[in-house]
Amino acid sequence: MRYRKAAYRRAPISRLTLLIAGLLGCVFCLAWNVLHDRRQHEQPPDRFGFGRPATQHEIDSEAIAIAPDGLGLPPGQGDSAIGAPVYKLKCAVCHGATGREGPFQKLVGDTGKTKTIGNYWPYATTVFDYIRRAMPLNAPGTLSADEVYGLTAYLLSANRIISPKTVLDARTLPSVEMPAKNYFIAHDSIWKPQ
Amino acid sequence: METPIDRRSFLASAATTAGIVLLKTAMGQTIQAAGHPLSAAKDQVLHDPTHTPGPPPSAIGTRSRFETIKLAPSDTSSRTPLQSLYGIITPSDLHFQRHHGGVPTIDPTKYELLIHGMVDRPTVFTLRDLKRYPALSRICFLECSGNYRGNKPELTPQDICGLTSQAEWTGILLSNLFREVGVQPKATWFLAEGGDAAVMTRSIPIHKGWDDAMIAYGQNGEALRPEQGYPARLLLPGWEGNTNVKWIRRIQVTDKPFMTREETSKYTYALKDGKYSQFNFFMDARSIITFPTYPLQIDKGWVEIRGLAWSGRGRIDRVDISTDAGRSWHPANLNGPVLDKAHTRFTYLWNWDGNETEILSRAVDDTGYIQPTLAEITALRGADLGYHLNPITAWYIQRDGQVFFKPPATKKS
Repeated sequence: MRYRKAAYRRAPISRLTLLIAGLLGCVFCLAWNVLHDRRQHEQPPDRFGFGRPATQHEIDSEAIAIAPDGLGLPPGQGDSAIGAPVYKLKCAVCHGATGREGPFQKLVGDTGKTKTIGNYWPYATTVFDYIRRAMPLNAPGTLSADEVYGLTAYLLSANRIISPKTVLDARTLPSVEMPAKNYFIAHDSIWKPQ
Repeated sequence: METPIDRRSFLASAATTAGIVLLKTAMGQTIQAAGHPLSAAKDQVLHDPTHTPGPPPSAIGTRSRFETIKLAPSDTSSRTPLQSLYGIITPSDLHFQRHHGGVPTIDPTKYELLIHGMVDRPTVFTLRDLKRYPALSRICFLECSGNYRGNKPELTPQDICGLTSQAEWTGILLSNLFREVGVQPKATWFLAEGGDAAVMTRSIPIHKGWDDAMIAYGQNGEALRPEQGYPARLLLPGWEGNTNVKWIRRIQVTDKPFMTREETSKYTYALKDGKYSQFNFFMDARSIITFPTYPLQIDKGWVEIRGLAWSGRGRIDRVDISTDAGRSWHPANLNGPVLDKAHTRFTYLWNWDGNETEILSRAVDDTGYIQPTLAEITALRGADLGYHLNPITAWYIQRDGQVFFKPPATKKS
């Protein structure tokens, strides 16, 4: 009985100590967790600083895309007379002797359902861009700027869009009006049946 | 003494027969025996595997010699065997392929991505740089917008729409790089250029770049396959496959589209009024039953109709099934996960009474878009069918259980 009483008396002190210790522990844990949490989940920076600055030389040598306004067109020039022999040598095997025969991608013609440069290419600059980056299929990127201007002139002339004597360069090419231009519309086909 | 090559090619030919019989086993009674008993392949199991130890652990796993699943390659593309896949992920080596200048070999230590144009800080990123940005993985489908064939009854799902596949892609959000280089407020487009022999380019509205566009370097847990753009590609969830430029080497930020060949004379289609529709980015909702399909023959009784549905505009909300040639429609089960812009697996239990009929599926996405019939598409667009065809596909089942694709009518009857 005495033993139990003494034990009972000591108990509140012990509980208070525990309570304080517990509270301190909680505060510490909370504080630590908040700090820890902040360390773990920092807001991402706007910039990480990865990568290296591109040099103007790199940009100039890699940025080969031509825009409809002529942005990106290189110096040089060419007409049908320059383009015709190049076409015969490097293009005719796939596109046909006059560009109408195929077997692959017919390029010339404005009748029927065949989609050609004459009836389905809305911008003349695209002809230059595509030939320069992707043609001829077995050796893309090997034609000189003059050859590409010449081939573009040859194909536009064969499609009766420019005269055989027109010389194309960075100034004249963007001004060529293509027959298909006004038929293209940007379309987002959200469609629901009635 | 047989050489390994002899043995492999011999097994491959034997397994062609094996495939039919194993399919029968896997599908239970729903498929009738279409082939011969499996004597040829059986003979190749030269020992009882419970009495002879098999090969030890290997450096790389391979498919069972009895599995002959393959892409169907043509001059321009390879089509995924949708009818042979389980679940929603396309194995990386069976992901469809469409290249414009072949598959380039790019050394990842020499790879660089240049971002310039209407940016404050033109920057070059190595692959190592790209991988330092916060990584994320997401599952989404990728579909070529030229994904439709429908001219004869002897077509499989692979033939009809095998130019869609799905992977878990890992990479970084393009918006990380946009912030890094300081894309200027007036920018409205960016040009994405690949490092293949076509140096293929597409113009993309800038908002997609700020939204969910990724530069992906991982596919199904490993590096991208070369056919999918190794070491890094653009990924535009839900948008036509061609815009997801592979082997991406350059991004030029601009305020107008470049009108590249692939967005003018290709990937456009004629409309009814004589105009041509351009920048058709979204892949609209579509579904296809992948079982039972040509060339299978089914038995009367219970058949679990299975298939895939997806939408480039969001989640699949519902797939309806008709087993009476489109007279009545019933909702299929969506076997999760049902993910945003992702192939979703559906099933529908059907008790076939043995009468000839047609079975169809129709996807509805969470924008309310309902997959149309081909007649509805042509009524809207005109008869010059081109890209972005997602018609309801019907399968005709004869009395003998033989299944054929039913080429759809192009005009309303």
